[in-house]
Amino acid sequence: MDFNFTPEEEAFRDEVRAFLDENLPENGTRDMEAVAEFQRRIREKRWVGFSWPKEIGGGGGSIMEQVILKEEMARRKAPALGACFMGLAWVAPALIEYGTEEQKQRFIPDILDGKYQWCTGYSEPGSGSDLASLQCRAVREGDEYIVNGQKIWTSIAMWSKWMILLVRTQTDVEAKHDGISCLLVEMESPGLTVRPIKNMAGGDMFAEVFFDDVRVPVENRLGEENQGWKVTVSALAHERSSISEVYGLTRSLERIKVLAKSCHRNGRPASEDPGFRSRFARADARIEAMRLNGMRFLTKQLRGEPLGSETSINKLHRAQLEIELGELALEIEGGLGVLVQGDSAVPDDGLWQRHALSWPEVVIGGGTPNIQKNIIAERVLGLPKD
Amino acid sequence: MNFGFTEEQELLRAEVRKFLDQNCPLEEVRKLCETPEGFSRSLWERMAELGWVGLTISEEGGGVGLGWVDLVVVLEEVGRSLFPSPLLSTVLAAKAVDLNGTEAQKSRWLPGLADGSRIGAVAITGDEGRLDAAGIALEGRPDGDDFTLDGEKLLVMDAQNADILVVAFRTGSGEEDLSLAVVERSAKGLNIEPHRTMDLTRRMGRLHFDGVRVSADALLGSAGSAWAAIEHLQDCAAAAVCAEMVGAAEGALKLTTDFANQRVQFGQLIGRFQGVKHPLAEMFIDIESFKSLCYYAAWLLDECSPEAPLAVSRAKAYASESFARIGVDSVQLHGAVGYTWEYDIQLYLKRAKWARPAFGDAEHHYQRVAKLRGF
Repeated sequence: MDFNFTPEEEAFRDEVRAFLDENLPENGTRDMEAVAEFQRRIREKRWVGFSWPKEIGGGGGSIMEQVILKEEMARRKAPALGACFMGLAWVAPALIEYGTEEQKQRFIPDILDGKYQWCTGYSEPGSGSDLASLQCRAVREGDEYIVNGQKIWTSIAMWSKWMILLVRTQTDVEAKHDGISCLLVEMESPGLTVRPIKNMAGGDMFAEVFFDDVRVPVENRLGEENQGWKVTVSALAHERSSISEVYGLTRSLERIKVLAKSCHRNGRPASEDPGFRSRFARADARIEAMRLNGMRFLTKQLRGEPLGSETSINKLHRAQLEIELGELALEIEGGLGVLVQGDSAVPDDGLWQRHALSWPEVVIGGGTPNIQKNIIAERVLGLPKD
Repeated sequence: MNFGFTEEQELLRAEVRKFLDQNCPLEEVRKLCETPEGFSRSLWERMAELGWVGLTISEEGGGVGLGWVDLVVVLEEVGRSLFPSPLLSTVLAAKAVDLNGTEAQKSRWLPGLADGSRIGAVAITGDEGRLDAAGIALEGRPDGDDFTLDGEKLLVMDAQNADILVVAFRTGSGEEDLSLAVVERSAKGLNIEPHRTMDLTRRMGRLHFDGVRVSADALLGSAGSAWAAIEHLQDCAAAAVCAEMVGAAEGALKLTTDFANQRVQFGQLIGRFQGVKHPLAEMFIDIESFKSLCYYAAWLLDECSPEAPLAVSRAKAYASESFARIGVDSVQLHGAVGYTWEYDIQLYLKRAKWARPAFGDAEHHYQRVAKLRGF
């Protein structure tokens, strides 16, 4: 065991720090031009798509360099690495692995530059956790697919130019994972309608998307026909330690510490209440466990050992912590916890009320906790499949 | 950056596991529980020959001179097997001498502990397992350069088998009145009475001190200034217990997973039901997590880091809370057979009951974490 870094790794960390010192816009700035300029410079450094091969415009960063870069960015609360979140997270990795040369050249530079947004058409009203049961149909007609059906919970659909879409191209299949294809669809296509859905926090980040005889050129299919399922699973060597997510949780915990000193319970600061102290420490121990679990995963990856479904451990910790920290903060606020932003008596400008209404984005998106538990039970512990 | 074990450490783990699987499966553990001493002298001697008893004892003391990270490897396997032996106690007693003793004291006591010919124990907590300075009640009366001890110590692990006891006592009412000394089993006025414990794999005893004389050359460190040393030993002990908890919890999870993979109800394996699957997944998540905390705490102890106390408390708090629930859940998932004396899962539940308060329960350590984190 050794938690020190090599001189090369330390030098890279220094480089990132120096860059951030010079270029990072002020935290929480509303100056969009400053943020855009920062993104341009990050892009010039090739730190957007840092894990991808250099030939296609990536940075060719090693696993350890990816961790260091993400860590330093998170420590400084810098904007995301690149403006096109979903494009970078899974559209481009799928393109790199399954796309034609033409598709790569057409889409990857724009994703790296953050020219426009991508959205993801996976979930349907009848297919959430059981995604492979999806019914949205695409029927081939000459050089086109005719798409009919509906998608739902499509984040930022209303602001996106393109969508990565899973459709059923074959119905008489034995395994439901078969017969699915992956299409890249322009949101401006005729017959495609987007209807925003208001979430419980009052915002509208996600939407329903309806397809009514939408025509998609066959050249926009990603991967083979009926082989779309595997396109969703990237085999690229990303670092998967989730160490950088720990910074956000630690920041929340630090804010709770301050909150507990200013709120009161029985006439004394809430921070002196043994029950709150215990819950604070419980969350603290779990955040630290997440960080260290991440280090163990990272060590496995660095040693070239296969990293399997155990990364679900940290997804579950994160889900539970996002909920628990919001609940803890609201309980510390006591009676004032019922107020929201805009009321003059609400603590922390209503931050914790927003937190307590926005955890589903993290907790439900990308697999519910129950699905994560199934994954661990079946793939790690070897219990029979559902 | 490397948060994993070396090849040597993995080899050590494999050797210990093979030794215990071959020589002390759970049916053998049950037999040892019925014996007066509660452990096997012959297995103990072989472990000592293999260098596992002296693993963390300094080389000048006759040991191998390795650290707590290496000890964690051994204790995980010992915990998995519920192997009854005075290993933990002997290691801790030796640590107290190694860290605080003079050269003369080290050469007097360490070689016997390292080669397994003498068994050690530590009496460094208060009477209800209290870990604060004020909890240490045993009184020592100064008598020239010597001290005379009167009182008792409860809950001393492996007391009735110990030849060398490291004892904390006080000569006044404050934190600066605490001392640490070696008391040999043969000391006049020392009476050792076994406790009756729920976990039969873990022997504990009560020490009666009736005018026991401690000479100045048996004091570890100087009189009245032992609190920091005691607290550090408690941290070393808590981290070591955590390592045993990791192994034991994995043992419980393995038994229960195997059971869920062969028990059929409603025409299918019960492991197919999410009501069974999910608690097992939760056990795995918790074990992996307090395992990470435990390894890191051990590493910080080896590095003599000032961060070690916080890391130890995070680990022991998480381990105490989770392992206790794992014990209960795994018995429950076995259904009625889990309630029988015959099935082994009850042995793990009882170990969890022992380990939970040992060197601080979850509440104690969570409160300490809150304090150390400036909450």
